[in-house]
Amino acid sequence: MTPDTIDIRYVAKLARIALTDDEIERFSKELGELLGHVRALEELDTASVPATAQVVESRNVLREDVERPCLDREVVLERAPQRQGGFFRVPRIIAE
Amino acid sequence: MTAAEIARDVSAGRVSAAEITAATLAQVDAVEGEVGAYLTTLGDLARSCAARVDERIAAGERLAFAGVPIAVKDNMCLDGTRTTCGSRILEHWIAPYTATAVARLLQAGAIPVGKANCDEFAMGSSCENSALGVTRNPYDLGRVPGGSSGGSAAAVAAYEAAIGLGSDTGGSIREPAAFCNLVGFKPTYGRVSRYGLIAFASSLDQIGPLARSVEDAALAYDIMAGYDPMDATSLDRPVERTADSLRTDLAGLRVGLVREFDTKALGERSDALYREAYRDLERLGAELVEVSLPAADYGLATYYLIAPAECSSNLARFDGVRYGLRVEGDDVAAMYELTRAAGFGMEVKRRILIGTYALSSGYYDAYYVRAQKARTLIARDFERAFAQCDLIACPAASCPAFEFNAKSDPYSMYLMDYYTIPMSLAGLPALSVPCGWTTPEGGRLPMPIGLQLCAPLFGEKLLLGAAHAYERATNHASARLPETGAVRA
Repeated sequence: MTPDTIDIRYVAKLARIALTDDEIERFSKELGELLGHVRALEELDTASVPATAQVVESRNVLREDVERPCLDREVVLERAPQRQGGFFRVPRIIAE
Repeated sequence: MTAAEIARDVSAGRVSAAEITAATLAQVDAVEGEVGAYLTTLGDLARSCAARVDERIAAGERLAFAGVPIAVKDNMCLDGTRTTCGSRILEHWIAPYTATAVARLLQAGAIPVGKANCDEFAMGSSCENSALGVTRNPYDLGRVPGGSSGGSAAAVAAYEAAIGLGSDTGGSIREPAAFCNLVGFKPTYGRVSRYGLIAFASSLDQIGPLARSVEDAALAYDIMAGYDPMDATSLDRPVERTADSLRTDLAGLRVGLVREFDTKALGERSDALYREAYRDLERLGAELVEVSLPAADYGLATYYLIAPAECSSNLARFDGVRYGLRVEGDDVAAMYELTRAAGFGMEVKRRILIGTYALSSGYYDAYYVRAQKARTLIARDFERAFAQCDLIACPAASCPAFEFNAKSDPYSMYLMDYYTIPMSLAGLPALSVPCGWTTPEGGRLPMPIGLQLCAPLFGEKLLLGAAHAYERATNHASARLPETGAVRA
């Protein structure tokens, strides 16, 4: 069996989304209800059923390891929120 | 004019792509203020593409889609144009390359009129989840066009394009087609390359056309379908052409009616229309057989674990670093959290949270793996059913187009896709074709509803062929809006 409530603060932390108090209240209620609906799956006997990740044939796609054209670095960087030279600029990650 | 007529006439030199484009842009000017199908219109690009098509025709090239104006759902990349997914997080993002499906249509002579509105990241059934615009149903401006490919549907219904490109994850082509009196076709998973389609749920997403006729949908599919090395899930198997082998009867075909899909629940009028549609299939020569899909009733529950799980993973890339919106924070984690808080709307957040939860340690087996097993059972149900029949017929949506703000409870919106989700989970080709008109309770105007037909994997030719026979015999779509100027207020 699965639990009835979601710790929304914890899940939002995992998902990297800052939520307001109103959103936490609303999503706790809505997602709790939704889990009630999906719990119907427990009625199915799936003990000996394999899981499906991909529904049509899938295979490894390999190619020769040779250089080919790709997006121009300048084209990519000009779409970034912040850049510095040839790099994406991000806030300091390692503290001084 | 249909896309087929436009392509024939432009190819024969009876009309130029420039003239078709000018007329389409004039229609956009006339109705777009009321309909709101597009987030971005591409007048200059359309005119330059048209000029190029006319040059190619003059030089003797044969183009299968010469001069056909298309609406491109705004979750597909078109080099140099804004591509937003209907989201604040990509509101100002300019695509640096073109999706394969779009590129193939343009190479065949299509004219890009604009980027069409959609529910944010294709999550929704009404277009109301778009953060960037409101799209109205051209058949009743007080009602939604459906979703998530609602802008593409509204554009085609209001003659702002001849073909709409949509993407279908759980019904996002078929439901808006039903709401807007169109044919909406989701091919077998993997038939059309997803390269350049911004991913929502990668094991389910599939691009397909919305059109005013089955022939138009078939023509667009024939151009878009086929292996693409840029998409690792693209099917590497031959594609049968469909547009030149459309049927006029259903002789020798067995059509399965699903025991579990009782149309009485849809109300007296819709029930009567679906029963009549099934009788029409029989009159066209089909043998009706009853089939059973016992696990299909678990489709919604299965889908609302698998799709959010894949979405939570796919949308992790929107972190304020490489593209789109960034909101600064005290440290990098705060920057991620504030960016995603400001950039995503409520439904996207809801699904990311559900998916994150379903994939999180301790719940993975109970939710995600269980849903993947249910998916196997649903696919097996279809395999068993298709041992007894060649096609399955059922409703395309749970009701006709509804009024704005009518489905404020998330689950009531999810129920719209009750009949389309099982096919998506099984990867099957399926389409919606107009099957009659009904005035919704409290409504003033008759609205269209759609019949869904579904074939076994890779059965596109049979599916489109049969839909054409049904469309030709019944002609329900003919009560169309006028080609120029007016939509129904």
